[in-house]
Amino acid sequence: MYLKEAISLPVDNPYLYQMIPKTWCFLFTLFVFYSTLVYIYSNPETQKTKVPKDVYAGMNIWQQKNCHTCHQLYGLGGYMGPDLTNMASDKTKGPAYMKVFIQYGTNKMPNFHLTETEVDQVIAFLKWVDKSGKTRVSPQSVHWTGTYIIN
Amino acid sequence: MSTLNRIFIKFALLLLFVALLIGVISSVAFLYPESFNNWLPFHMLRPMHTSAALFWIICGASGCICYFKNQQYPDDGLVKKLTTIFIVTWIAVIIAAFVNYAMGNFGGREYWEFPPYLNLPLLIGWLAITFLILRGFRKDTPAYEWMWMTGVVFFLITFTEQNLWQLSWFRESYIREVTVQWKANGSMVGAWNQMINGLSVYVLIRISGNEALGTSKKTYFLFFLGLFNLMFNWGHHVYNLPNANWMRGVAYAVSMTEWVILIIIIRGFRKKLDESRKLKHYLSYRFIMAAEFWLFANLFLALLMSIPALNRYTHGTHITVAHAMGTTIGINTMMLLAIIGYIFKANELSERLKKVIAFCIRFNNYSLAVFWLSLIIAGLIKGYIMVNQPDMDFNSLMKPVLPFIEAFAGAGFFVFLSLGIIVVIFLRIKVEKPNH
Ligand code: HEC
Repeated sequence: MYLKEAISLPVDNPYLYQMIPKTWCFLFTLFVFYSTLVYIYSNPETQKTKVPKDVYAGMNIWQQKNCHTCHQLYGLGGYMGPDLTNMASDKTKGPAYMKVFIQYGTNKMPNFHLTETEVDQVIAFLKWVDKSGKTRVSPQSVHWTGTYIIN
Repeated sequence: MSTLNRIFIKFALLLLFVALLIGVISSVAFLYPESFNNWLPFHMLRPMHTSAALFWIICGASGCICYFKNQQYPDDGLVKKLTTIFIVTWIAVIIAAFVNYAMGNFGGREYWEFPPYLNLPLLIGWLAITFLILRGFRKDTPAYEWMWMTGVVFFLITFTEQNLWQLSWFRESYIREVTVQWKANGSMVGAWNQMINGLSVYVLIRISGNEALGTSKKTYFLFFLGLFNLMFNWGHHVYNLPNANWMRGVAYAVSMTEWVILIIIIRGFRKKLDESRKLKHYLSYRFIMAAEFWLFANLFLALLMSIPALNRYTHGTHITVAHAMGTTIGINTMMLLAIIGYIFKANELSERLKKVIAFCIRFNNYSLAVFWLSLIIAGLIKGYIMVNQPDMDFNSLMKPVLPFIEAFAGAGFFVFLSLGIIVVIFLRIKVEKPNH
């Protein structure tokens, strides 16, 4: 009861008032520090080699043609088409299968009239994404606390 | 209010209308791609819809902040200049972005699909409003000003972060590129929530006369809790990425602090009922009540989605869409309409129009409920199949999901109708010019 009343009172104590900017600055510093850690350590061991040019070209086509509005990579993107993260290494699908879709489209997926080279670049990009990890988390990776332990 | 500021807020309302209209068309294009692919394909519609929605929220919030700031400094030339720079660049760039969309020029990433060079003038415009908000900022100012300042500053930070991919170091690793993209996106939502929450506290004080709300410990506590979550609770977007395990741990732990907000809402429920009895004759208050209901529902959903073991079923499904649209329509849009309604003096409209608006708010709530639940059910079905039958082909997977997408599209039409009517009424209000 006391706590409830105390919480709804105004911040009249000058000491508490000083705490407001201090808390803000403290949190801000923590944020800058944490962001730096995230930038550095979000790159896992698997991707240390230099990125080939055609992968970049493919990535740009992926953005320019808005493939992400219908497809997901790592579950992120639109939901009209399937997730393409691990399609290149899928034994029943793979690059040749994907190439047909990208080159000609279907009645649901538009034909983007990409040149042969452009299609190969997109595939190179998708293969590179595929190597970076798995989009589905395996049941073994789910920890009892509810989090995942991946790697 | 200055003519330019009024135009800007009406421009934001127009963006809301565009977002709703294109949203309805997109949902039909999603269901029947064969009939749309040749003339209005989904990959053209979706960027228009999401960008219009995003810009509605950011322009709506910043336009209202500009208005209140200009009210505080009526004779300050610099404030006027900064407001003008911000508004003019943003209107020009947003129009340019839509022209590019219409011509099929894309090149950005999700939600920001326009050619990336347009981000530069957007950044310059936002710097202007950042200077504006920092002008005369005092440390002992009420909580709502802290919220405006925090929202504006963090929008600047996250907007810049969202563009870091243009530096090649960030693209050398796909995992880093995606992590940073969704770190920025997640925190940006927190930034506009800060702006909007600050505005709604301000308006609530104005209509209830309860000045203490601006300096109460509870308001400051919720402000800091929000800030903490803005900074560190974005990881649920990227739980499934194989990056460092501590990143997931931090995000999971921080997100669980939001249960406190849920408990505060439940405990304050009875007081809210009393308050609503007193204030319900204010049109703005009715929008705020709707927003609070949707805040409760979406917060509960978000809390569940933030547990990785459950996120396994919800990630990459329409539950994410339910959460994104539930919050942007149910919470952000309702709050912004409350604030704009206050600024435009919607309470002085004729009784008949006020009744129409009150009816539309209620009708929107019901439509949005069907809309939201359909997406959740669609997502649950998709998530269940993806986890338990990962080898099922895509078309068979979508078959049981599609009826719920149809229900969602139908309900979406009614959301468009009810909010569309409110927008049209607001756009037609003649806001008087200041008399000096
Ligand atoms: C308008 C939405 C849309 C856009 C944009 C789109 N796709 Fe698709 N895509 C689909 C749909 C829907 C399917 C499923 C096709 C079917 O079953 O007919 C598909 C299938 C595919 C497949 C085969 C996957 C499978 O499992 O069968 C690949 C590969 C693919 N798309 C790549 C791309 C690339 C690359 C782009 C960008 C250049 C792209 N898509 C843009 C909708 C789209």
